[in-house]
Amino acid sequence: MQLLWDGVTGAVQRLVHGDPLILSAAWRSLWISVMAVCLAAISGMPIGSLLAQKRFIGRSAMLILIRAGMSVPTVLIGLLCYAMLSRRGPLGGLDLLYTPWGIIAGEILLAWPIIVTWTHGAISSLDPRAAETAITLGAGPVRRWRTCLSEARLAIALALLTAFARCFTELGIAMMVGGNIKYRTRTLTTATALETARGEFDRGVAMSLILLFIAVIVTLLIAWLGRQEREA
Amino acid sequence: MLVNGAAMGSRVALVVTALISTAIAVTQGCTGNADKTRVLRVATTTSTRDSGLLDELLPLFETAYRCRVDVIAIGTGAALKLGEEGDVDVVLVHARQAEDAFMEASHGIRHEEFMYNDFVLLGPKDDPAGIRDVAPVEAMKTIAEKNHRFVSRGDDSGTHKREMRLWAMTGGRPAWDDYVESGQGMGPTLIMADELQSYVLADMGTYLKFQDKVNLEPLAAAAELLRNPYAAIVVNPRKHPQINATLAHEFVDFLICDETQRLIAGYQIAGRQLFHASRHNDTD
Repeated sequence: MQLLWDGVTGAVQRLVHGDPLILSAAWRSLWISVMAVCLAAISGMPIGSLLAQKRFIGRSAMLILIRAGMSVPTVLIGLLCYAMLSRRGPLGGLDLLYTPWGIIAGEILLAWPIIVTWTHGAISSLDPRAAETAITLGAGPVRRWRTCLSEARLAIALALLTAFARCFTELGIAMMVGGNIKYRTRTLTTATALETARGEFDRGVAMSLILLFIAVIVTLLIAWLGRQEREA
Repeated sequence: MLVNGAAMGSRVALVVTALISTAIAVTQGCTGNADKTRVLRVATTTSTRDSGLLDELLPLFETAYRCRVDVIAIGTGAALKLGEEGDVDVVLVHARQAEDAFMEASHGIRHEEFMYNDFVLLGPKDDPAGIRDVAPVEAMKTIAEKNHRFVSRGDDSGTHKREMRLWAMTGGRPAWDDYVESGQGMGPTLIMADELQSYVLADMGTYLKFQDKVNLEPLAAAAELLRNPYAAIVVNPRKHPQINATLAHEFVDFLICDETQRLIAGYQIAGRQLFHASRHNDTD
């Protein structure tokens, strides 16, 4: 118990004084996850909507596969990315291994199935009259899609937040693809793993507190959005 | 009523029997077979675990002393911390200065060096810095002066501490862009050094395990400076009453006895001797 208590008091001191290692890891975690979610959303949202609105052969098989993709463990994604990006791998020439962009590539794979599945769910559950009204008003396909997205915006915001929370708190990809290099690819999760392994518990606790804090904010946002949606 | 009473009676009997048999089982577990449930907790470095030597030695100890050994493999810094907190009975580490500080603070009551191996300064086969067969301190200095890539453990492990000592001997490590800290164990750090084709300080054991997987080779000359002694420390039971001091002493005695020392000297990976016994004359 003493250990945990010392950890918490030491952690608070570090946070108050702005430990550069912790701040840089927190900032890196944040921009990497935001970037990964944005990039995954660019293709994930249209594909999710397409799966909800168009009927074609193999559609349900695709949905099942993508849904299954949500439960792929992050260490497996990390392993695959490592194998692809390694000097001996097919994409070794891109020099992405041990860079933040390598982590982003891996986290896109993590976020993408979540965004596709949830966008699909959000758009399928829309009142079909919205799309019909848009058609009668003479809206083109792009315009119709934007109407649908705006109708489902709360559900889609939920999807993006969930994907963000998953990326922000994952360890496997950041460790295996990023390599936990100090001031370059060290994120909150890899740094926490390291500081615990080297016996610097207070720094580990400080970073866990930041992780927890952001996770709580995201959860509260999700809960709040969920209530907004129910009221709407 | 009668039927009910009988049913009740048999249920009570059942509960009583269950209680009694549990009590017997518990007391037997505590007294009769105490030796079997003895547990020794050992904190050690990842390099020791990765070498596979403990897998060879521990079963012998467990059988001979009828106990179980739980091994926690982490960096030297964290292993000593676990000892300090009384979470383990024995610490097996390799960082002399940290060990001395640990003993001075009387966190440990017995310190025995039981084996050693060597560190190696590895680099790409084409050796861009030209340090082949150069003395270690000179070699590190050259790498820094030519700003070549160097991957450091950066995790307070025994290997990292030795790297820091070598840098201190060069007159301090200059900061350059291609000096990166992996903050990971020896294996992942070697893989990273291989991917980045950089120089790296590694322990011989891990290097031998990885030599088929990485495109790096030992470059700097072997030297006394790169010797890497391993010590076993019994954690102070006066500070932490839960420490199993008897078993801990037995374990350290086991590590330095002639038979075990012979096994350590005879342990090989890929046909190469990995450790030298500290107490055993290699010549006999």
